[in-house]
Amino acid sequence: MSKIFGRFAALREVTAAFQPGRVYAIFGDNGAGKSTLLRVICGLASATSGKVMIFCSRERSVFTSRLGYMGHAPMLYDEMSGIENLRYFAGLYGISDSARCEQAIVAVGLDPALTRRVGEYSQGMRQRMSLARAAIHDPEILLLDEPFSNLDPGSARAMGQLVAGMRDRGKTILVVTHQAAHLAEIADESLWMSAGRIAAWERGIAAAERAAASAVVS
Amino acid sequence: MKFKIFAVITFLLLSYALYQGMWAAPREATMGDIQRIFYYHVPSAWTSFLCFLANFIASIIYLARRNLKADALAVSTAEVGVVFCTVVLVTGPLWARPVWGIWWTWDARLTTTLVLWLIYVSYLILRRYSTGQATPTLAAALAIFGFLDVPIVYMSIRWWRTQHPQPVIAGGQGSGLDPRMWTAVLWNWAAFMALAGLLIYVRYRLAVFRQQLDEAHALKAVGRAEGSLTR
Amino acid sequence: MSGLASVTASNLRKDVRLEWRSKDAVNAMLFFALLVVVIFSFAFDPTAEESRQIVGGLVWVAFLFAAIVALNQAWMRELRNQVLDAYRVSPAPANALFLGKAIGNFLFISVVEALLVPLFVVFYNLRSVGPPWQLVPVFLLGTWALVVVGTFFAAISLRTRSREVMLPLILFPVSIPAVLAMVEATTMVLTGTETPRFWMTLLLVYDVVFTTVCLLLFETVLHAE
Repeated sequence: MSKIFGRFAALREVTAAFQPGRVYAIFGDNGAGKSTLLRVICGLASATSGKVMIFCSRERSVFTSRLGYMGHAPMLYDEMSGIENLRYFAGLYGISDSARCEQAIVAVGLDPALTRRVGEYSQGMRQRMSLARAAIHDPEILLLDEPFSNLDPGSARAMGQLVAGMRDRGKTILVVTHQAAHLAEIADESLWMSAGRIAAWERGIAAAERAAASAVVS
Repeated sequence: MKFKIFAVITFLLLSYALYQGMWAAPREATMGDIQRIFYYHVPSAWTSFLCFLANFIASIIYLARRNLKADALAVSTAEVGVVFCTVVLVTGPLWARPVWGIWWTWDARLTTTLVLWLIYVSYLILRRYSTGQATPTLAAALAIFGFLDVPIVYMSIRWWRTQHPQPVIAGGQGSGLDPRMWTAVLWNWAAFMALAGLLIYVRYRLAVFRQQLDEAHALKAVGRAEGSLTR
Repeated sequence: MSGLASVTASNLRKDVRLEWRSKDAVNAMLFFALLVVVIFSFAFDPTAEESRQIVGGLVWVAFLFAAIVALNQAWMRELRNQVLDAYRVSPAPANALFLGKAIGNFLFISVVEALLVPLFVVFYNLRSVGPPWQLVPVFLLGTWALVVVGTFFAAISLRTRSREVMLPLILFPVSIPAVLAMVEATTMVLTGTETPRFWMTLLLVYDVVFTTVCLLLFETVLHAE
C-alpha cells in the first residue's frame, strides 16, 4: 500500500501483516511514515494505492468497534473532566455503563473521582487518560502513536506495563515510538521504517538496535 | 485535428451569429440599435446556466465514483460558466443605462444571475483556498448546495419583485419577439454554446494534464517507473 | 450499538454543557450583535414609522453577523486535540455529530436572538402592527436555515486557509434566499401588510431541502482528507 500527499510519498509500497495477540514496535526517523502508517490502518487516511485489510475485510463497519487509536494529541476535551470525557467517548461505542468508564480510568492508574479538567492535567496523566479513551470499548487492536512522548521514566514504565498487560489479555498492539528502551521486554516484534518503507523487521526491539548500529557505521 | 475543426466551426458560427445580431435582425421599434445587446445578454445567460448544470452533474459523478476526470470537468464548467455569467451582468447595465437611465434594476432574472455569479465565484475561491487533497470532495459538496439553491433563489427573487416592482431588462413575458429576432437569438446561442464547449475542452485538458503530472511525480516518489496508482 | 438518536443526544448534551461552562460563543455573539445594533442606530436614524420598514433587515443582518461569530468557532473544540479523529475512528454515525452540533448552535443562537429582540424594541421604539406571534415561526425557520447550512459549511472551511473568512464567503451566497425570506416576512409582520405565507413556505422548503442535503453529504465531508 502507498500513501501520497500531493507529490510527497509518505508510504512507498509498504507490505505488512500483523498477527493477533502480539506487540509490534515501530521505530524510525522523523518523517519516515510511522504515524501515517497507523492513520492509514485505522482509516483516518485512505491509501492512495493498495489496500488495508483488517479482520479479512476492507469494510469500515467491520472493524471500527474493535479497533482503538491513540494519536499524538490527547484526543480529549480540555474543558471536561476525565470521567466526563470517558463517558462521552464510551457513548460513541454504544457503552452507557459508567462503572466501566471508572474501571478504565483506574486501570490506567488515575482517579475516576477527579473533577479537574483534562486541560489542567500533567502530560503523563493526559497520555494515560488518552490510552483509557482508546481502549474504553475493549478493542482487539490498539494503535498507539508515541504513547511515551514527554513522559518521565516512572510514567513511561507504567505505560509499558499497561501495554504488556493488554497484550497478555490477547490484544494486538502497534506502538510507534522513538524510545526503544521503553518496549525492551515488551515488544514481540519491531519494524524500522525509513523514507516511507519498512527497512527492517526483527524479533523484540532488535530492529531499533540494528538501525542504530548501521547509522553508526555509515 | 478534431480540435482545429471544432475551433473553425466555432469561429464560423460566431461570425454568422454576429451578422445575424448586428445586421439581419430588425431594428427594435422603441429602443433602437442598443437592443441588439439582447443577442449577447440572453444566450450568455442560457449558456452559463447549462455550464452550471454540467458542473452539478460532474460534481455528483465525482462524489459517487471518485473519478478525477469528473472533477476536472467540474472545475472547467464552473470557470466557463462564471465567464458567461459575467457577460450577462456586464451587458445588463450596458443595456439598461441608455434605455431606462439606470445602471441596475433588481429585476428577477438579473438578480438571480447575480446570486448565481456569487455562488460560483465562492465555489472557485473555495477550490483555490482549500488545502490538502480534499478539494474535489469539498468543492463537489458546495456545488451541490449551490445548484439546488438556484430554483429557490429564482422563486424568492421573483416574489420579492412582485412585492416591489422594478423595470424588467430583457423584456417581460408579454413582449413579443419578431421571428427574425428569434433567429438571431438562436444563432448566437449556438455560437456561444460552441465557444463554451471549446473553452471547457481546453480547460478540461489542462486540468487532466495537471492531474497526470501529479500522478507521474507520485509514481516517481514511490519509486516506480510506470504504471498507475489507482486501486 | 451506538444509535443515531442517542449519539446525537450525547453530542448535544456535551456541547450545551461545554458552552454553559465557558459561555464563549454566547457572550461573543451577544456583544457583537449589540454592537451592530448600536452602529446601525447611528447609521440610520429612523422615526417609528420608518423603523418598522427597515428593522426587518437590520435584525437579520445583526443576527447573520452574530451567527457567523458562533459558527466560526463551532468546530473549534473538536479540532483542538484531534478529537475529531477520535470521532472518525469510532463507529458513531457522522450525522449524529452533525445534528448534535447543529441543534446546539441553533439553541445558542436562539438564546441570543431572544435576548436581543427586546433591545431592538427599545432602541427603535418598535410596535408591531401585525400579530407578533407570527414572528416566532419566521425566526425558528430562519435561524435553522442559517444554522444547518452554516454548520455544514463550517466543517468544509476547516480544511481551508483563512478559515474565518472562508465561512461567510461560501455561506452568504447560498443563504441569500433564506435571508431575503426572513427580512421580508419580518417586515410584513411588523408593518401589518399581510401574513407572509409565501415567505414562510419558502423558508420551510429551504430548510427541508438543505437539511436533507446536509445529512446526505456530511459523512463524505467528515471523512474527506
